[in-house]
Amino acid sequence: MSDKVLMKGNEAIAEAAIAAGCRHFFGYPITPQTEVAAYMSKRMPKIGGVYLQAESEVASINMVLGAGAAGVRVMTSTSSPGISLMSEGISYIAGSDVPCLIVNVERGGPGLGGIQPSQSDYFQATKATGHGDFHMLVFAPSTVQETVDLISDAFDLGDKYRMPTMILSDGLLGQMMEPVVLPEAKDPTDNKEWAVKGHQGKRAHNVVNSLYIDPKELEDLNIARFEKYKKIMETEQRAEEYLVDDADIVLVAFGASSRIAHSAVDMARKQGIKAGLIRPITLWPFPEKTIKKHIDHAKVFLSVEMNMGQMVEDVRLTVQDKKPVHFFGRTGGMVPTPKEVLEQIVKLNGGEC
Amino acid sequence: MNDLNILLAGFGGQGILFTGKVIAYAGLMEGKEVSWLPSYGPEMRGGTANCSVCLSENKIGSPLVTNPDVLVAMNLPSLEKFENDVVPGGIIIVDSSIIAKKVQRTDVKTIYIPASEIAEENGIKGAANMVILGKLFKETCFCSEENLDKGLQKTIPPKKMDLLDKNRLCIKLGREN
Repeated sequence: MSDKVLMKGNEAIAEAAIAAGCRHFFGYPITPQTEVAAYMSKRMPKIGGVYLQAESEVASINMVLGAGAAGVRVMTSTSSPGISLMSEGISYIAGSDVPCLIVNVERGGPGLGGIQPSQSDYFQATKATGHGDFHMLVFAPSTVQETVDLISDAFDLGDKYRMPTMILSDGLLGQMMEPVVLPEAKDPTDNKEWAVKGHQGKRAHNVVNSLYIDPKELEDLNIARFEKYKKIMETEQRAEEYLVDDADIVLVAFGASSRIAHSAVDMARKQGIKAGLIRPITLWPFPEKTIKKHIDHAKVFLSVEMNMGQMVEDVRLTVQDKKPVHFFGRTGGMVPTPKEVLEQIVKLNGGEC
Repeated sequence: MNDLNILLAGFGGQGILFTGKVIAYAGLMEGKEVSWLPSYGPEMRGGTANCSVCLSENKIGSPLVTNPDVLVAMNLPSLEKFENDVVPGGIIIVDSSIIAKKVQRTDVKTIYIPASEIAEENGIKGAANMVILGKLFKETCFCSEENLDKGLQKTIPPKKMDLLDKNRLCIKLGREN
């Protein structure tokens, strides 16, 4: 017990990244994410790291590209509109096969939107964070502890696959405090042979680049990258199952909304309704294997999100019309209540609400 | 003790978030699952601040307290905003030196405590939040006395540790009044 500390989600993001060996942070403040940068600005100078507040999100992400290309563990964090500004840079990073960590503490959109929690960047995170054919590994923690644990994994897997990774958090998880056990600090070994850094003329110089004028060369590269994605889709899917094995009504929810769905499942069970929850931990790759296991016994699926219905499309693609897939969500910064979700469950169970 | 969902609300600067953090830390010391969620955004600047704290034996679902078991109201707008959200049979603790209005609900237990006056009379102006915490502790016994004190020690920043005994005194006054 003694080593558990209460920490804000945003501060835990920063501390976990430092523990994972990240010593380079470039960013620009935006609510509800600013505590990540504020924490980094205090800690980085004390541990020989770099904290730099850039002039914009566009500058930040290109600094991330530069540092990542030099082979160091690097990250940025922002909130929804900031990711839109970074999208060109993120595409360059993916096209250059550079690992880095991007944190999105989502707020309501579109546009300047609001500053309250939201999950309306699911499409952006999983389908098109920038132009071109590419994916990122996207992790959706649901507790402060899980945020801490996934940051370490995100850095490691980013390095392993040479690709950008994203932690998709939101204003609720970023602002709340929960007990956490911080991981042991690790010192990632520096063996990135592809990185562009000084070599005293002892080898041919490396090039990290996303420009390929010859279409055949670019196609080959994209195909090779998608071979890598295929392998990731096979091996890196993650999801948590809660009371799903005998469930008639299977909820699917990630991040903050999964906590609410979890409470609603408990309430439904108390009423004798067989509800369960599948909680995707990786949003890309989407955990289709876990969902497919339950198509036969489930009567109906219900995707619960803090948006107008985004992940529900992936649930439908996975369930393939074999069972009905419904959606319930609140948006704009509104957080659904367990009672509201329970009403949906009761309705799907054929009862009055 | 059963699960306890607490909503603390008042003006920014009354120590609402701090009080919530003491409760959450005390709950953590007690071995419970805990969460602490502040309101954030423009309403904090000169307006109201509120804070949701959940203490549970089980994993905490929504950390946002919409129907509190205990409401602490340290200003009138907070009481008016949240009075009707309290669960039937719940508790409303009102700083009666700030709020003259009476609670309309009859299906909740209402406790009026002149917390600001008590703190000021004892020379610790601005510690009404700790007086209220003492009262809340007495009413709910959400943790042991020892763990409450540990929670307080964990929450006070090292640079302000000289205020520990004054805070302890206010908690004691809250329990006795």
